Amino acid sequence: MSQAFKELHWRSDIPLKEYLVPETLQQALKILGQYKGRARVIAGGTDVIVELRKRDYEVEALVDISRIPGVGGIELHGDKIVLGGLATHAQVAASHLIRERAGLLASACAAMGSPQIRNIATVAGNLVTGRPAADASIPLLALDAQATVASADGERIIPLREFFLDLGKTVVDPSREILTHIEFKPLRLDQGGTFLRLSKRRAMSLPMLVCAVVVTVDKTRQFITEAAIALGPVAPVPFRDTHTENLIKGKPATLQTLHEAAESTCLKCSPRGSLLRGSSDYRQEMVKVLVKRGLRKALEQAGCTL
Amino acid sequence: MSGIELSFKLNGQTVEVAVDPGALLVDLLRENFGLTGTKAGCRQGECGACTVLVDGEAYNSCLFPALKVQGREVTTIEGLQKADGSLDPVQEAFMEAGAAQCGFCTPGMIMNAKALLSRNPNPDENEIRTALSGVLCRCTGYRKIVQAVKNVASDRQP
Repeated sequence: MSQAFKELHWRSDIPLKEYLVPETLQQALKILGQYKGRARVIAGGTDVIVELRKRDYEVEALVDISRIPGVGGIELHGDKIVLGGLATHAQVAASHLIRERAGLLASACAAMGSPQIRNIATVAGNLVTGRPAADASIPLLALDAQATVASADGERIIPLREFFLDLGKTVVDPSREILTHIEFKPLRLDQGGTFLRLSKRRAMSLPMLVCAVVVTVDKTRQFITEAAIALGPVAPVPFRDTHTENLIKGKPATLQTLHEAAESTCLKCSPRGSLLRGSSDYRQEMVKVLVKRGLRKALEQAGCTL
Repeated sequence: MSGIELSFKLNGQTVEVAVDPGALLVDLLRENFGLTGTKAGCRQGECGACTVLVDGEAYNSCLFPALKVQGREVTTIEGLQKADGSLDPVQEAFMEAGAAQCGFCTPGMIMNAKALLSRNPNPDENEIRTALSGVLCRCTGYRKIVQAVKNVASDRQP
């Protein structure tokens, strides 16, 4: 029997000394402290379990944070939407607040994985796993979200733009820290936001490309005043095309501007060819299509006529 | 290694068992309780054959640490059968529609259909297809499977 078959299909318990289920955040942080890097946080577990079974890393203990009260929830606090660290993709996709005020994030969460995965996989986990095409991370990056991370040393707030370090690596150390919540401002009436996903199938497929766009327009609905364009996977980390954003700032909301944006983004990113995601050439062309389409839909949402 | 005490409700009965800290729900169900209706397919959350209900929601038991079910209620395909031996309406509908070939994905299909129908007794075709989208059938198409779920929904109409 091939080794690969055995690894994936045979029964293999994960070698763990402990599976701990703390009841408070303080308890969880204390346990992580005691293990000095040999334990890891688990929430939904849909990434962690696969990684542990593949022996991507080994830990002595898992610290299950899913029963800590107060870390869930999706709420409007003042002028910000706050997603608890335990909010699942299914909860975010179904949330009225998110659908009405940050529809691009709801669409992304509804597109990820399968119903069974969405029922348990958390949005915070999607960020911490740090994949360049993580569905939820792309719209959150376009929304200029911030993550609050708790550790034994206290709390720190990290803008998502500084969050992703490398493939599978973020500023959060899951052997020591817990992402407790994610905050961002809901879309205003002079803003529009879209999420577009290119994949071979509608269900259970890795995206070939993911694109999220947020635009702000002036009072006349004629000019773009701000733009955020996020893409994945076109680099080792979720990618924010600030060059193109600056290029179209102040420009008229016209098809010509969209065309310029698409050409500019295409020059700024270089998606790799992959058997799973399509050839480099194809994906490079499709980046243009998604950026153009995304901007157009976002501008129309903000009240522009193109 | 001595196990951790785990107590939960399994198909309506409270059970207690000592489990390894790294045990997964799919293996606990199949090997400790002999409930082999729950299939271990891809073991990485792709195929959905291992779907069970935990507190009424559908999850992949292959990605579910056994210790997550502490104090919760787990329903497997075996739990759908009533005490008198009769089958669940969803199981009946699958039989009537001929919605199984090899049968490996069937428990996963039925458990996802159960979760859908319990929160939405009258789903449309789109909702049915979305609810079943996390279970792969490799024998053939999904038409009869979708039809079976539709038939349950329409039978419930007054």
